[in-house]
Amino acid sequence: MLGLEKGKRVHELSITQNLLELALQHAEGAGARRVTDLNLVIGDLSSLLDECVQFYWDMLSEGTIAAGSRLHFRRVPVQMHCQDCGADCDLAGTCPRCGGARLQVTAGDEFYLDSIDIEQEPVTASGALA
Amino acid sequence: MTQRIAVVEKILGANERLAEENRRRLDRAGVFGLNLMASPGAGKTSLIERTLAALVPEMRVGVIDGDIATSIDADRAAAAGATAVQINTGGECHLDATMLQGGLDSLDLEALDLLLVENVGNLICPAAFALGTHQSALIASIPEGDDKPYKYPTMYRGVNALVINKIDLLPYVPFDLAYFRRGVELLNPGLLTFEVSCRTVEGLEAWVDWLRRQVGSVEKPG
Repeated sequence: MLGLEKGKRVHELSITQNLLELALQHAEGAGARRVTDLNLVIGDLSSLLDECVQFYWDMLSEGTIAAGSRLHFRRVPVQMHCQDCGADCDLAGTCPRCGGARLQVTAGDEFYLDSIDIEQEPVTASGALA
Repeated sequence: MTQRIAVVEKILGANERLAEENRRRLDRAGVFGLNLMASPGAGKTSLIERTLAALVPEMRVGVIDGDIATSIDADRAAAAGATAVQINTGGECHLDATMLQGGLDSLDLEALDLLLVENVGNLICPAAFALGTHQSALIASIPEGDDKPYKYPTMYRGVNALVINKIDLLPYVPFDLAYFRRGVELLNPGLLTFEVSCRTVEGLEAWVDWLRRQVGSVEKPG
């Protein structure tokens, strides 16, 4: 697969491959000539190393219209909501306000591609591609 | 001149769609599928052996074994009376929906009631890749330490059942069960939990009963 030994593949690599397919599909659908930036939203509860993904990204995107593009990670901190008193707090064992234990995770699970920045094919006055 | 295109799509959406297809295949054949995940050495294969010993006399069980190499685990499952298939992931640290699809292709699903999928031993990657099984269970074990829920939140967040194995070692290992369970409760409130020992068979009856009920709730075709 893409000239890589299978034995070298790890978590971030399979995720990066999925990311590339998703980005290219949307870029091509929009008639992109080049993808310049990808905006990702990743919750802190997801096990993902940004540097690792960027490394694989540079390798995998080579030779595609996304070559040289930059990845931007918006990390979402974990947020919990107390079902007893309604307070919101960080990752905690008990509610810092009422001491209750019925806390629910309301943010931090995110794992998606929010948007991509592309350059489109320039269009001439006659409507044909330049 | 750049332009922003909204995507707002899950990065692993393609895997998830394929997982849904796998699920439909299991549903059509009336098979209950369970994805078993754990770190290496937690006792996945031992739990499968114990489960097979209890359930093979009363139902038809298939096992799909994901491993980086070797067929040791599938051989053990076959010896315990299951129809076993080995998937060597070739270095990949988890099973994904495509690999499970390959496993399903090599089984006669109509001839099964229960399918146990033994994922690759790892607490990180398997949690991210849906397979299409109906439920997933995590096997934790006492020697791993009581801090695992705090260190691997994604795994603990995503499962439907938790088996705490090797409880016979509690007197010998520093493991604060209350601290461990607080971490679990934090991430997955009310998670169904079984405390067992695959060595002494303590607690296994409740686990087997639960599985039996899951299999019983599946509609058989025709």
